[in-house]
Amino acid sequence: MFRLRDTLAAALLAASVALPALAQDKFPGIGRAATPKEVAAWDIDVRPDFKGLPPGKGTVAQGQDIWEERCASCHGFFGESNSVFMPLVGGTTADDVKTGRVATLRRTDYPGRTTLMKVPTVSTLWDYIHRAMPWDKPKSLKPDEVYAVTAFLLNLAHVVPDSFTLSNDNIAEVQQKMPNRNGMTLAHALWPGKDMPGLATQPDIQAKACMSNCGPEPVVTSVLPEHARNNHGNLREQNRTVGAQRGSDTTRPEGWLGDAAGPVKVVGPASHNSPNAAAIALTHKHACTACHNMEGKLVGPSFADIAKKHGGKADYLAEKIKSGGSGLWGEIPMPPQTLPQDDTGAIAAWLAGGAGK
Amino acid sequence: MAQIQAQPAPASQERGRLRKAPEHFLDATGVRTVFAEGRQGRRNFIRSAFAAAMAGSAASHAAAQARDTGDGDPAILNLPAHSTGLGQPVATDGYGRPSQYEGNVQRRQSPGLTQTNQASVSFAPLQSLFGIVTPSGLHFERHHQGWWDVDPAQHRLMINGMVKTPKVFTMDEIMRLPSVSRFHFIECGANTAVDWGNVAVPTCQYTHGMLSCSEFTGVPLITLLEHAGADLKAAKFVLAEGADGSSMTRTIPMSLVTSGQVLVAYGQNGEMLRPENGYPLRLVVPGVQGVSWVKYLRRIELGDQPWASKDEAIHYIDLMPDGQHRQYTSIQECKSVITTPSGGQVLLDKGFYNITGLAWSGRGKVKRVDVSVDGGRNWRTARLETPVLDKCLTRFNLDWVWDGKPTIVQSRAMDETGYVQPSYKQLRAVRGTRSIYHNNAIQSWLVQENGEVKNVQIA
Repeated sequence: MFRLRDTLAAALLAASVALPALAQDKFPGIGRAATPKEVAAWDIDVRPDFKGLPPGKGTVAQGQDIWEERCASCHGFFGESNSVFMPLVGGTTADDVKTGRVATLRRTDYPGRTTLMKVPTVSTLWDYIHRAMPWDKPKSLKPDEVYAVTAFLLNLAHVVPDSFTLSNDNIAEVQQKMPNRNGMTLAHALWPGKDMPGLATQPDIQAKACMSNCGPEPVVTSVLPEHARNNHGNLREQNRTVGAQRGSDTTRPEGWLGDAAGPVKVVGPASHNSPNAAAIALTHKHACTACHNMEGKLVGPSFADIAKKHGGKADYLAEKIKSGGSGLWGEIPMPPQTLPQDDTGAIAAWLAGGAGK
Repeated sequence: MAQIQAQPAPASQERGRLRKAPEHFLDATGVRTVFAEGRQGRRNFIRSAFAAAMAGSAASHAAAQARDTGDGDPAILNLPAHSTGLGQPVATDGYGRPSQYEGNVQRRQSPGLTQTNQASVSFAPLQSLFGIVTPSGLHFERHHQGWWDVDPAQHRLMINGMVKTPKVFTMDEIMRLPSVSRFHFIECGANTAVDWGNVAVPTCQYTHGMLSCSEFTGVPLITLLEHAGADLKAAKFVLAEGADGSSMTRTIPMSLVTSGQVLVAYGQNGEMLRPENGYPLRLVVPGVQGVSWVKYLRRIELGDQPWASKDEAIHYIDLMPDGQHRQYTSIQECKSVITTPSGGQVLLDKGFYNITGLAWSGRGKVKRVDVSVDGGRNWRTARLETPVLDKCLTRFNLDWVWDGKPTIVQSRAMDETGYVQPSYKQLRAVRGTRSIYHNNAIQSWLVQENGEVKNVQIA
C-alpha cells in the first residue's frame, strides 16, 4: 500500500512538473503549424521601431503620379481633401519639424486636425497606406508604391524635400522630423495594463457623490437651437407607439401636454422584399456606394439626383457606367466600370426607374 | 426512480406516459363527427352574419353607445379579431421578427456625422430598449471600411510572433475548444463625442447609442496562446488584426489576456455573431472601447512593444488642452444615462413615471446609481436590477411622480473601485472640450411643462 502511495505521489509530482510543457498537447487535433508563406501573407504590420517594414524605396515624384491616379479623387490633389474626407496635410510648420510638437494643436480656434498634425510615427502612415488604402482597393499598393506615396505625403507637409527618396534605410531619419513626434502622452489611467512608461496610477478626475444641497440652482447653458428641431428626422417615428412616452413630432412646433397620446406612424425597417433590394444590393457589391449615396452628394452625385436627371434613360445610364464620364456633376471624373452586363443593366434600370428604396 | 423508467402501462392507466394532446385521441369516426359539427357551425355562423348584416346600423350604433354611455372601454367591450378568429400557424417566419408595431425601433445613422456610409456608425435605440441585453439586430454598428458576410468555412485565425510555433485555426477547431459565455457591454470610445463642447444631437440614441450589451460565447484568447506555446514573459502585448479591407489593428496588454477576460468569440445572444458585428469571429475585450474588439478577427501577433496602428496614433487619441494627445486610452470609465424619459420624447401627462436607465464601468461592477430630478441639487439612490455583472450594462430604476413643472433629470453612477461619474464641469476642467473620445459626463435631460424632453447641458 505504502509503496503504491509513493508511486502515485511520484507520478503526480512528475505530471505537475511536466504540465507547462504539455500545455500545447492539451487539445490534440486542434490547430496546425502555419507555413512561412502563410505568415508572410498576413503578417504585414509595421511597428514604430520598423519591425516588419519590407525593404524598398520610392521618390516624391513617383508618389505624385500614384497619388493623382489612386488617391486624389478622395483626398484631393494636395491632400487637402475634396470636402468628403478630412484633410491629410496642413496645420504644421517648419518649427514643428524641429520641435516635434505641433503648435497649432494648442489653438482652440483652429478649425480641424489634419493627419499630419496628429500622427507621431511615420510607421503608422506606411502601415496604414499599405494595409487599407486605397479605400475601395485596399492592399493593392506594392511596397515601393507605398514608400513613394508616403514620401509624397511627407513632401506635401514640408517634412521632406521635392527630390527625396524614401527607403527602409532612411525612414528612421525621417521619423526624427515628424512634426508631432513628441506630441503624445501616456500620463493617463485609461490603459488596461501596466507595461507602458509614464502611466498614471489614478483616474484624472476624482468626483464625489454629493447627495443633498449640491451646488447652485442649475442654469441651462446649451440646448439645440429651434431650427435644428427636425435635423435628425421626425423623432416621433423614432420611438415606439406605446409606453410611458412618445417621440415628439419634430415636423411641427412644440405642442401642449397631452398632445403626445395621438396615433404614431410606424415607419418600419427598409423592406427586405422591396423590388429595389436586388439593384441596391448590386450597388453595394460593386462598391458603387464608395462614391455614391442614396441621397446627398458624396464623391459623385447621389442615386436620387441621377434618377432625377436621367429618369427613363436606362440605356444611356448603362453606357455611362461602362465608359465612365467627367464634367457632368463636378470635377472628379467617374472611371469606367467593369461589371457583368446583367448587373450594369439592372443598376441602370433601377436608376432610370427612380432609384427607389 | 421507477417512475422515470419506460414501462408498458395498461390502457386504463396512463400514469408515467406522455399523453398526447386530447385532439389527437379522436379516432376516424370522431374526426368525421367533428368535421360535421364544424360544417354545421359554419352554417350557423353564416346565418348569424346575415342577421348582423340586417341589423348593420344598429350594431355600429351599439358600439358607439358603449363609449357614449360609459359602459366601458370599446377595446374591452368589442371583442377584436384576434379573440374571435384563428391565428397564424407556426413557423410562418423561420426566423421570427419583432411586431409590426415596433417598426420605429431601429438603429440609425446620425445625419451629417460621417462622410461615407462604409466608414460610419449606426446608433442603437437605447430609448426603446429594456433590461441589459441589446437585441442583436439593434446592436450599434461601427465599420471602418464597410462590413462583409464572411464564409466561416474559409475563415482562419493565425497566431504568430513570440510563440514557439505560429499556428492556424479553422472555425471548426476554435468551436471544438472549451467555451465560456459572458455578458459584457461594448461602447465606442467616441460615444457621446459630439456633446463634448455643447449639445449637438437630440436623443439618447444619438448621444449614447454607440453602446450595446450581449452575451458573448467563445474561447479565452489565453487558451489559444498557450496552445501555440506563447512566450508569456517576454510578450507584453498582443496585436489583433481583422480580415476586412481596413484590417483593423489594435494593441492589447498581455496582462488583460492572461487574466482570461479577453475572448475570441463567435456567439452572441445565443446565435452566431451578426455579420455587422464581425461574423464569424471577433475579439471581446471587456471594459475596453469597441475599436479594440476587432471584427472578422484573422490574426493575433505577440510582441514586446505596442504597434501605434492608425487607430492608436491618428484616431482614438484624446487631445488635451496643452496640445498633447493621450495615446493608448482604452478603458471606458464609469458612466450612466437615463434612457426614459430622455431627449426627443414627450411625457403623456403628469403623474407617476418609472425613471429608468443604464450604468456601466470598464473597471468592474456598478456599485451604485444616484438620480436627481432637480438638476443635480439633490440625489436619490436608484434600484439596481439584477444581474449586476462585471464590465456589463446594469439597469437602474427609480420611482418618480412628475408634478408637471419643468425640471432636469440626471443619473450618476459609481463603480466598485469608488470612481464617481463626473459632471461636464469636472471633466472639462481637466480635459478641455476637444478630446472627442471618452466623454463619460453626467447627462442632463430637461423635462418641459409641455412634456417634451430635451438634451441640455447645465452649469
